[in-house]
Amino acid sequence: MHIVQAIVFLVVFVAAVYLFARKARQIRRNILLGRDVDLTDHPGQRWRNLLLLALGQKKMFRKPLVAVLHFFVYAGFIIINLEILEIVLDGLLAKHRLFSPILGGLYPWLISAFEVLAVLVIIGCAVFLIRRNVLHIRRFRGHDLDGWPRSDANYILITEIVLMTLFLTMNTADQVLQIRHYGHYAATGPFLVSGHLMPIFNPLSSWLLVLIERGAWWLHILGVLAFLNYLPYSKHLHILLSFPNSYYGDLNPKGKMENMPAVQHEVQLMMDPSLAANAPAGDGPPPKFGAKDIFDLTWKNLLDAYSCTECGRCTAACPANITGKKLSPRKIMMDTRDRAEAVGKIIDQHGGFQDDGKSLLRDYISEEELRACTTCNACVQECPVSINPLHIITQLRRHLVMEESSAPAEWNAMFSNIENNMAPWKFSPDDRDAWVNG
Amino acid sequence: MQIKTMAEYAASGETPEVLFWVGCAGSFDQRAQKITRAFASILDRLSIPFAILGKEESCTGDPARRAGNEFLFQMMAYNNIQVLNGYGVKKIVTACPHCFNTLKNEYPQLGGNYEVVHHATYLQQLMDAGRIKMKEAGSFKGKKITYHDSCYLGRANDIYEAPRQVLQLLDAELVEMKRCRSNGLCCGAGGAQMFKEEEKGSTRINFERGAAAVGTGASVIAANCPFCMTMLTDGVKEQGKEDSVKVLDIAELIAQDMA
Repeated sequence: MHIVQAIVFLVVFVAAVYLFARKARQIRRNILLGRDVDLTDHPGQRWRNLLLLALGQKKMFRKPLVAVLHFFVYAGFIIINLEILEIVLDGLLAKHRLFSPILGGLYPWLISAFEVLAVLVIIGCAVFLIRRNVLHIRRFRGHDLDGWPRSDANYILITEIVLMTLFLTMNTADQVLQIRHYGHYAATGPFLVSGHLMPIFNPLSSWLLVLIERGAWWLHILGVLAFLNYLPYSKHLHILLSFPNSYYGDLNPKGKMENMPAVQHEVQLMMDPSLAANAPAGDGPPPKFGAKDIFDLTWKNLLDAYSCTECGRCTAACPANITGKKLSPRKIMMDTRDRAEAVGKIIDQHGGFQDDGKSLLRDYISEEELRACTTCNACVQECPVSINPLHIITQLRRHLVMEESSAPAEWNAMFSNIENNMAPWKFSPDDRDAWVNG
Repeated sequence: MQIKTMAEYAASGETPEVLFWVGCAGSFDQRAQKITRAFASILDRLSIPFAILGKEESCTGDPARRAGNEFLFQMMAYNNIQVLNGYGVKKIVTACPHCFNTLKNEYPQLGGNYEVVHHATYLQQLMDAGRIKMKEAGSFKGKKITYHDSCYLGRANDIYEAPRQVLQLLDAELVEMKRCRSNGLCCGAGGAQMFKEEEKGSTRINFERGAAAVGTGASVIAANCPFCMTMLTDGVKEQGKEDSVKVLDIAELIAQDMA
């Protein structure tokens, strides 16, 4: 391959990787805007979750048909990266099919396997496009997907189909040229899928085939590099973040709510004033109760938001959403990500965060949505990549109740009943054992 | 039925095998009181030495915590743990999944460490030990029963099989709803929803669940939670099936046909 091509490739490749790294750093910074939480315990169990959930896609198989199709696309993506490795090395070293002489007889087998995967990816993506745009599947019809999220999904699927088609086109043209012993197109042996497509290209002249082969090669790798840079702006970021997100997923029983040591400490002092004598003098700022904005959420909540691929399994299982309430766990995650992105933009523009008069609570997520949650954990159960929308909901509720004293009148009555009558209803505590004589 | 309190046990220098944590619904809600009595009668008939806290029991704080009132939760937890630790309680059984979840998962971090068992699991253990004997021709024999998974026993704590195994004692036909086990649909009461109007929507959650339960054609809906009991009963009523479909707790089902 010509040295000019290699230089152009090098420039494009370095630029693409640089841009991606810059955006990845921004996202990392945005995620770390959340409060700190230690999630490094039980590494064995965490690695297990990563292997089962992210690599093994265990939870995807709660819906077997979609899981198989998704697995095609996923396996295609992972394994075809090996092919990308050859393409990148070819590009940088101005070679053609660098691995062919090294792998020898194994090479056509390997490329054939990639081609089969490419076909499976095309099939998977085509079915997904139909599911999203033709079939009336409720979780793809939700209004939280209106606008960009809906187009985003379609762009990704179409791009994947185009990339795979380019890969097959390139191989087909290459093989016709191989048979004609044209130029540097050394014989590699036949490929399984593109070998059958050769009749289409047979009538074409060799220079046109070189053009097609080179064209497909460049479009394919440029497409991959463009896709790499599209990722951080897209819901498709889950292909990277589902791995750390599964690793840092909650290991506690789902019913267990996070404790608030600051509140616990206050209550203990109140109940037992003698402890106050030994208590360390509190000179730090008073703790915030619950979460109003992304800074009050944990970095895991924000990692959750960036890992969300908006599949809507959470929302489809949410009893509130099923019965027509405004709450959609998927929207909670999308709102959190949108807010984190908005805050990130302010930081990029001003070199630090400046109050924009907005917050996650109310400007993004309404009280009505938060109030509708039954804490049933269906959303947490459904998420294939260990996202926990409920954790965000309960933290925002804590802010509403403890910082703003904002609760429905019935809840306030319930609180005062618990406080005065030791039960959420207004019964006399003396009658608590009256059932014995009933 | 003689039911002793922890205070009475302590006064006589004895220790019961297990503390029966009744919970607020089980204590005050008229329908749930029947579940409480049914479960207590099972313990009584099997001569299991158990105690209640009686007037010393308080709300665990679950609805307050889920609504966002952490202060109130911590206050309730502090008081309850003082009482429980004061009596040196080791093992607790409760017929309320919300109390079960809070006592089991949330009290340890605050200094309350007990072996906590939900009554479904407790009944299963008694069944496995061969202690529960049923009548030859029980009243549910051959009938269709469907079981509603409560969120706080099921998804929250991964207990799906124990209640189903207990129901096998009835020799009935267990039919599952489409949404069951980890796919189960909430009754609509959790997260302190029990204590307020539902937000605006196209229907109520308990109506949706009631329709699904009635749709199985079962004549009995088995529940394991006093809140699910209220919501499902209401859901069945909405379907106009309150005469032909009964909502019963697994403890009531067992107590009714115990030999």
